[in-house]
Amino acid sequence: MKIKTLVSALALTGATLVAVPSWAADTIKVGVLHSLSGTMAISESALKDTVLMLIKEQNEKGGLLGKQIEPVVVDPASNWPLFAEKARELISKDKVDVIFGSWTSVSRKSVLPVLQELNGLMFYPVQFEGEESSKNIFYTGAAPNQQAIPAVDYLMNDLGVKRFVLAGTDYVYPRTTNKILEAYLKSKGVPEKDIMVNYTPFGQSDWQSIVSQIKNFGSQGVKTAVVSTINGDANVPFYKELANQGISSEDIPVVAFSVGEQELSGLDAEPLVGHLAAWNYFQSVDTPENEHFIESWKTFKQDPNAVTNDPMEATYIGFNMWVNAVEKAGTTDVDSVEKAMIGQEFPNLTGGTAVMNKNHYLSKPVLIGEIQDDGQFETVWETDGTVAGDSWSDYLPSSQNVIADWTAPIHCGHYNTVTKKCSGEN
Amino acid sequence: MRHFLVLLCCLVGLFSSPAFSADSTTSHSLSDNQAPPALAPLMLKLTQEKYSKLLPVLKEIEANSNETTASLFRIMMQGDLYFIKTNKQLVQHFKDNGKDLYQGIFSQKVIADVTKRSVTKIKVNNRLRGYLRTAIARIQLTSASAEIRLSAVQELLSNLDDDTVAMIEALYSSETNKDVKAEMGLALAINTALSTELPNSTRIAAIHRLSSSLENTVRNKLTQLTNQDNPAIKTAAQQALSSISQRTERFAFLNQLFFGLSLGSVLLLASIGLAITFGVMGVINMAHGEMIMLGAYTTYVVQLMMPNYIDYSIWVAIPAAFIVSGLVGVLIERLVIRHLHGRPLETLLATFGISLILQQLVRTIFSPLNRQVASPSWMSGSWEINPVLSLTLNRLYILAFSLLVFMALVMVLKKTSLGLNVRAVSQNRNMAKAMGVKTDWIDAITFALGSGIAGIAGVALSQLTNVGPNLGQDYIINSFMVVVFGGVGNLLGTLVAAFSLGIATKFLEPMTGAVLSTILVLVFIILFIQKRPKGLFPQKGRAAE
Repeated sequence: MKIKTLVSALALTGATLVAVPSWAADTIKVGVLHSLSGTMAISESALKDTVLMLIKEQNEKGGLLGKQIEPVVVDPASNWPLFAEKARELISKDKVDVIFGSWTSVSRKSVLPVLQELNGLMFYPVQFEGEESSKNIFYTGAAPNQQAIPAVDYLMNDLGVKRFVLAGTDYVYPRTTNKILEAYLKSKGVPEKDIMVNYTPFGQSDWQSIVSQIKNFGSQGVKTAVVSTINGDANVPFYKELANQGISSEDIPVVAFSVGEQELSGLDAEPLVGHLAAWNYFQSVDTPENEHFIESWKTFKQDPNAVTNDPMEATYIGFNMWVNAVEKAGTTDVDSVEKAMIGQEFPNLTGGTAVMNKNHYLSKPVLIGEIQDDGQFETVWETDGTVAGDSWSDYLPSSQNVIADWTAPIHCGHYNTVTKKCSGEN
Repeated sequence: MRHFLVLLCCLVGLFSSPAFSADSTTSHSLSDNQAPPALAPLMLKLTQEKYSKLLPVLKEIEANSNETTASLFRIMMQGDLYFIKTNKQLVQHFKDNGKDLYQGIFSQKVIADVTKRSVTKIKVNNRLRGYLRTAIARIQLTSASAEIRLSAVQELLSNLDDDTVAMIEALYSSETNKDVKAEMGLALAINTALSTELPNSTRIAAIHRLSSSLENTVRNKLTQLTNQDNPAIKTAAQQALSSISQRTERFAFLNQLFFGLSLGSVLLLASIGLAITFGVMGVINMAHGEMIMLGAYTTYVVQLMMPNYIDYSIWVAIPAAFIVSGLVGVLIERLVIRHLHGRPLETLLATFGISLILQQLVRTIFSPLNRQVASPSWMSGSWEINPVLSLTLNRLYILAFSLLVFMALVMVLKKTSLGLNVRAVSQNRNMAKAMGVKTDWIDAITFALGSGIAGIAGVALSQLTNVGPNLGQDYIINSFMVVVFGGVGNLLGTLVAAFSLGIATKFLEPMTGAVLSTILVLVFIILFIQKRPKGLFPQKGRAAE
């Protein structure tokens, strides 16, 4: 056993490409571009397994267009330029018909030019900062108006919060989201002095002085909340420090956009109880579809404690919409599928129906949950219906008048509604 | 310390064991009392209403409540209140040996044949939790224990409505305990200072009374008063505020200093092992961070093996981590580093390779996900010296622990024959060999010692940060920085460097932000090394090459 693990460890260290047995000649190939090693492996490897599970289920149902679907899994190893190389390899060498992949925005930005050059098709399943729309990408994760803005609305209207700490990790997603949030808060009449913005490096582990600053900021007699875009495992010491300094969720609630069931499974949820998260999906939502999905995931992983999360649901919706679009178009040709995708509807795991809009973003419901001591969320608030993803934020001066519309006659990812011009940007 | 107890009973990790609810913070006679008859219909309502409509029900319960029923609220606040689906009986959930058990709220007797599937949780959200907290405090105002009464008054300071003030007023004259009486007086003074219908002289006297307090609520209320029209009140409030802020600034400085020392202690722990392998032996060991990681994973494994004794697991984990990391260290030294003696560049590359192998090994065995290491209860929470200054316990223990490890290591190097041999080999290998020192053996032992201490650092770090495959990488650069800054081969230099870098970072952070402060410290070290290449305390004498 030990030798076996050692050997597989060595094999993994060296290998960048996970070998996939070759299927019979006529198959539909699906590329899976998620990091299986490096820092992002924690989050991304679950999405790789989700795609593999969905493909397996689809094949059991008889495949697609009478053919079997064949997964091609590559490992971009949390290395952003490698994402572009691997995408090129998938499209030109492996001739895949579609790619499911990427987690961080920087990896998506790295793949984007390759997709456009080779006219590939990719589904991106993670919540992100928006401000992008490409003909070759479908964004099934939440845009800021489907996660951040409803969360802030909830804080203001339901919890009566008047002061905001915008705390984030120092990279593009938190910076853009916080810029949008700051503009939004100001438009709602929150004065500059009641907004505190703080950025920390990746993997920050010493939160003492920042938490004590937040404590000071929050103890001026006005209800305060933290809006957290802190990424990855830096969250654990952050919440621990909050608990240690005696800040409870009733005093200063933290609403997070990057803390999901997967992240909570790796830590003691006790100090986090009562803090909030905003997502489009929670594992705890009780619907027959969700129950079935969780059951098949646990069976597929052969782990009774395996958890599901929001990006997995986004992958699930993206994959099924792609299958339906291919069936509708009768071909896997990128241009035909892209046309067939717009207007696709598919039931959410949390109830209701997701719709693919003209800007390649989904309409989805928004949920806010309180963290429970078992690492699950208790939904405390949700939007009445679905919210359509806004590709170019209305709250940033630079993108106020910009929309994306991939249908005729506009057919543009960056269309200025005032000057009636398409800039050609993505 | 009183504040610490308050914290324990109200906020932090109320462990769902019956043993805890039976200690001093709850009523002393839980098992003897049954629920008052008036509560029965209300308790039934708890099981029927949606949780957005629970607040009025809870208010009614509070009106009919005594101290015994406060336990109901406490159980609910902890999220351990369930009801049996069939007969709607309320039960308390707790875990014993990992099994879910349910017991009667007031009887405290385990109800047999109740499983997870036959009960439903009564959900609480933040609003309910906030209400429950103050409700418990209000009920506890009449508690028999002065300790509990004091914490109750403190809890209520920030939520003074008319009912609460009336309650405190009624209890004030009959209060016997000095501390509790003072705290009640403070609450009443806040109320007096704020009530506009009272004459100025009474209010100003109350404001003077407030200026001696450091409580947050007091500062908030005084700030409110400075915004009022009444000029006499305004000046009095401003004076009170400035005298308070003078004192808080001093404490804020102390707090900042503690943060710095605490970061310093983490740096010291992480780098002290490296100070031996790199400083004394001259081996550039890029796998040092992975030794720390192995120590942290050892803590995790130890906790897995003794799930019911988390509080003591640390004492097992410390020697275990020392042994595990030390053994791996010996292996690396015997198999790799020994053969690369005197070739620093090759050593660097080889040990970097080893660090990658160890990381991937851990990923394969334990999965790439972070592992959950629990904190012992005695390390959670903080020691509140006053409302402005509170020291988190885990950091306090780690600070003490790092100094202890440092002292032990200095003792080993200075007072034992092993230490003598280590110093001899590091100063002049050939001469030591000629004197009959087994240099080969000493090399292995020294490397084991350095790695073992890195393992111990891993145990401490597992209490502060994530235990994952990348744990070591986060600390390796800082460790080298500290050792080089302090002066290679000098343990005292490592100590001074660790604490000065820690304090500098923490004093810069509030001004510049976390990202810039790290950069500034790095730039400072680069400049410093330019000026003094041998660090703060260079080794002197012939031995130093």
